[in-house]
Amino acid sequence: MFDFLEGYDLLGAFWVTVQLTFWSALGSLLWGTLLAAMRVGPVPLMRGFASAYVGIVRNIPLTVIIVFTSLGLFQTLGISLGADRFTTINFRLAVLGLTAYTSAFVCEALRSGINTVPLGQVEAARALGLSFPQTLRLIVLPQAFRSVVGPLANVLIALTKNTTVAAAIGVAEAALLMREMIENEAQLILISAIFAFGFLCLTLPTGLLLGRLARKAAVKR
Amino acid sequence: MRRATGDEPATVLYDVPGPRARRRNLLWTLLFLLALGAVVWWVTAGLAAKDQLTADKWKPFFTDARVWETYLLPALRNTVVAAALAMVLALPLGALLGIARLSDHRLPRAAAGAVVEFFRAIPVLILMLFANAAYAEFTAVGPETRPLYAVVTGLVLYNASVLAEVVRAGILALPAGQTDAAKAIGMRKGQTMAYVLLPQSVTAMLPALVSQLVVIVKDTALGGAMLGFAELLASVRPMSANYGANTIACFTVVAVLFVLLNLALTTLASRLERRLRRGRRSTGAVVGADAVEDLAAPGPDAPPGRD
Amino acid sequence: MNPLRTTRALVASATAVVLALGSASLARAAVPADHSDDGRITIGIKFDQPGIGLKTPDGTYTGFDVDVATYVAKQLGHDPSDIVWKEAKSADREAMLQRGDVDFIAASYSINDERAKKVDFAGPYLLAHQDVLIRADDESIKKPSDLNDKKLCSVTGSTSAQNVKEKIAPDAQLQEYGGYSECLTGLENGVIDALTTDDSILAGYAAQDEFKGEFKLGGFELSNENYGIGVQKGSDLKDRINTALEKMVADGSWQAAVDKNFGPAGYRNEPAPKIGVVVE
Repeated sequence: MFDFLEGYDLLGAFWVTVQLTFWSALGSLLWGTLLAAMRVGPVPLMRGFASAYVGIVRNIPLTVIIVFTSLGLFQTLGISLGADRFTTINFRLAVLGLTAYTSAFVCEALRSGINTVPLGQVEAARALGLSFPQTLRLIVLPQAFRSVVGPLANVLIALTKNTTVAAAIGVAEAALLMREMIENEAQLILISAIFAFGFLCLTLPTGLLLGRLARKAAVKR
Repeated sequence: MRRATGDEPATVLYDVPGPRARRRNLLWTLLFLLALGAVVWWVTAGLAAKDQLTADKWKPFFTDARVWETYLLPALRNTVVAAALAMVLALPLGALLGIARLSDHRLPRAAAGAVVEFFRAIPVLILMLFANAAYAEFTAVGPETRPLYAVVTGLVLYNASVLAEVVRAGILALPAGQTDAAKAIGMRKGQTMAYVLLPQSVTAMLPALVSQLVVIVKDTALGGAMLGFAELLASVRPMSANYGANTIACFTVVAVLFVLLNLALTTLASRLERRLRRGRRSTGAVVGADAVEDLAAPGPDAPPGRD
Repeated sequence: MNPLRTTRALVASATAVVLALGSASLARAAVPADHSDDGRITIGIKFDQPGIGLKTPDGTYTGFDVDVATYVAKQLGHDPSDIVWKEAKSADREAMLQRGDVDFIAASYSINDERAKKVDFAGPYLLAHQDVLIRADDESIKKPSDLNDKKLCSVTGSTSAQNVKEKIAPDAQLQEYGGYSECLTGLENGVIDALTTDDSILAGYAAQDEFKGEFKLGGFELSNENYGIGVQKGSDLKDRINTALEKMVADGSWQAAVDKNFGPAGYRNEPAPKIGVVVE
């Protein structure tokens, strides 16, 4: 039943999926934190920018964003992100697109985390004479992060599955291989089941592990 | 955490800006504006240099009503129908799963947990493909409506699982005193849930719920890729094939439509949220004016704190 | 509004929708899925390939596959007004036939062994070849081996894309996109050097008004694609469609359809293939 699998590099494709997930998760954690900082910060224009960014990016289908990184950034504006082969360029563009999209959700998760930090903490920090960046970096964010491990885990799981959209600009990850196999083998359901299992293997442990971590990290109040 | 103090929307995160801080903020504002302007100019110039802003590519959307009648509006309707059905079905199912996960009994708790973890872990597109095959195999749903059924089923299974987590987190976030009080006046478990916990947690969950509804709207786009469900994003293909591969224009128009649709949804939800909160205040709970401002401020979009 | 009432209203409306959906599906169960009794026929085509199968802004359909399907339907006793056109996505074609969603499929559907295990093919009705579309002023691509240091583009996961990677130009850079339109944008921008897929599809694009004189076909015969009409396994439609196709070639309608849909692009078509003969 599974002899048609021969000749396809399933593990290789899922390895690309893992790499996409890793770099995008890292990127969106950074950019998302920065956005959250802008959003609660003292400069009105930055606040406006961050909330407009989240409002727009969150409402556009990811496919459109990913396609725009290739059609807009690469083809039209000539940004190749320091690579010259399509495979590398597309991979980096996909990471960029996934980061741009996912960071909007990271920002929202973090913001709700910031809201759970008790007022007294911040007032104490200000009373000590800490500036806004210091208050955020030393007092607020460390506590906020601990309370949003759960929501961030959900974002990570969604991100893992969202990497499949990178097939739209030809990144050779799991979904692209799935399309090739469906084209060649005319076995839609069986092939889908194999890939569903693959994603189950990636996301289930992530969810369970981070769920445990969330319970450990949560600030008891 | 916000506190409204006069005309400056200040938060407790930083002091009310004095003259020096104001100057510094102004400087940052100017720098930021400059950078933003530079990016906008550069993008526009780049698009124009590659002939992507020529009238030929954009004109169909403004001068040719047939583009809207043939491609965009029917597709928009399909998107709205699928999203609305998925929302209406996923909400109660999600609530049920979330409550089951909080059950005192091991069996429903484990079963709901397994369902939630399973459907959350699989890409929605693959769920839709399975649903499509299952409807064809086991039901008499006709080929005209089957893609819609499959899309809605995939969306419901996935989003109910996510909503279950939202509901669970919302109920867990309530003070334990609520349950204790309900027990003290002799309510049974079901009554406590239906009359005490659920109604109160709905308001707390609303931001996360709305966030998920937006995800539903966008995920309808997955149905166009392989199932042949004629939704909004799928309309890009025949449109760009007809008008000389004006892909950037087509994708932009579709993206704008999605943003408008979702903004309408979030605006509606935040209005509902405000009404719910006002309703709560009028039932006698003592909530200060500041705090109402405070509750309304985070907008309709923040996910729940923690579970 | 009080929250309790909202919750109740939600539950009530959800129940109503579930019931409505349930009864709708029950009501549907009584209606037979096929339209054989009311003279209607459902045909699967592409909606987004100019020259092959395209949904135009009028809501009508044009292209070679559409013309062939219309002729065949006529021979089977169905007027053009009785045809229900349905989009056949590449990945879904075999499943659509197996489920009986469509009576037959004419959607740039190449006959191959794996597919022939699942469905039956009438025809072939067109012999196409994988080819490249390049900018009209590009003189650097004269023969297939020129492609090796070029930037090619095709649709994600398609047979053409896989052919490039494995056989035609393994050293070339390949960009894969969700649709041909994105490739054309790249070709216009100069980021892509050649779009590769079946020459019939390429000819359809090159013939569009927007692209008059902008692109040309390479004329390389990189593969043989025998377009067949897919029917359900064991269906008696296969023989009747074959008879119709033979008649279409004999009375000149076939050549007329080729000229009409591919003519403007200067496409050198193969003569009408012999029914049942698949060119390897």
